[in-house]
Amino acid sequence: MATQDIAATVDARNLSCPMPIVKTAQQMKSITSGQLVEVLATDPGSLKDFTAWTKSTGNALVEQTVENGVYHFIIRRA
Amino acid sequence: MTAPTFTTPDETFVPPTVAALPQPAADGAVAQKQLVIINWSSEYDRMMPTLIMASTAAASGLRCSVFITFWGLLPFVKDQRRITGDNWMQKMLSAMQRPGIHHLKMSKMNFMGMGPWMIGQLSEKYNVSSPAELLEAAQMLGVEFIPCQMTMDMFGLKREDMIDGLGEPAGAATVIELMTQPNTASLFI
Repeated sequence: MATQDIAATVDARNLSCPMPIVKTAQQMKSITSGQLVEVLATDPGSLKDFTAWTKSTGNALVEQTVENGVYHFIIRRA
Repeated sequence: MTAPTFTTPDETFVPPTVAALPQPAADGAVAQKQLVIINWSSEYDRMMPTLIMASTAAASGLRCSVFITFWGLLPFVKDQRRITGDNWMQKMLSAMQRPGIHHLKMSKMNFMGMGPWMIGQLSEKYNVSSPAELLEAAQMLGVEFIPCQMTMDMFGLKREDMIDGLGEPAGAATVIELMTQPNTASLFI
């Protein structure tokens, strides 16, 4: 688990494309460079989406796990 | 199913995604990626990809402009403006093609309005956002919706008929200029 605290959490459970990405992008505006955001999602498409999105935006996908059907993505703002 | 995880990074860790970005050109400028969508259609099933691609592009750091033209203007008329236009043809157009983001028809199987209702039911069941929600998200993320001046004139649509937050009306030359900028992808929907 990351040593830094999570600055914000995006609860995108039960939301389908594109809302997990859209809500995460909105949340990134309210944190500063280097801070971490945790995203919770249930949409299976979000696995590939977050890899692609971090590539597009230059943010870092620090960690991704699955727990009880819920995906957890830890993203560091670039 | 557990995807591979990265180890906890220290200060020297460089996220691979940053290294994969295009490097700055000699003059230090990197053209921002851009998506231009020409939104010509007004149906529910055609507005969905327009709004999803636009909001996802903006969420991914692209500059996104959506040129709304012809039928594609109608979803961006205020819902309350039932009849628009000055002459009988323009009024008839709005009477037969109800404007507003909450009144979209399906391009197939509209079933006199049952189609959109069923899609609404399916959307609720499978957590798919409505066009209205996607439009709100797109505008919040900074997508610019540019109305086609020519179509507005032809359909008798005025500024006050349209929803708030749209860009300045423009024409084809503006769209051509946007589409031919570097790092730009374009779609016609």
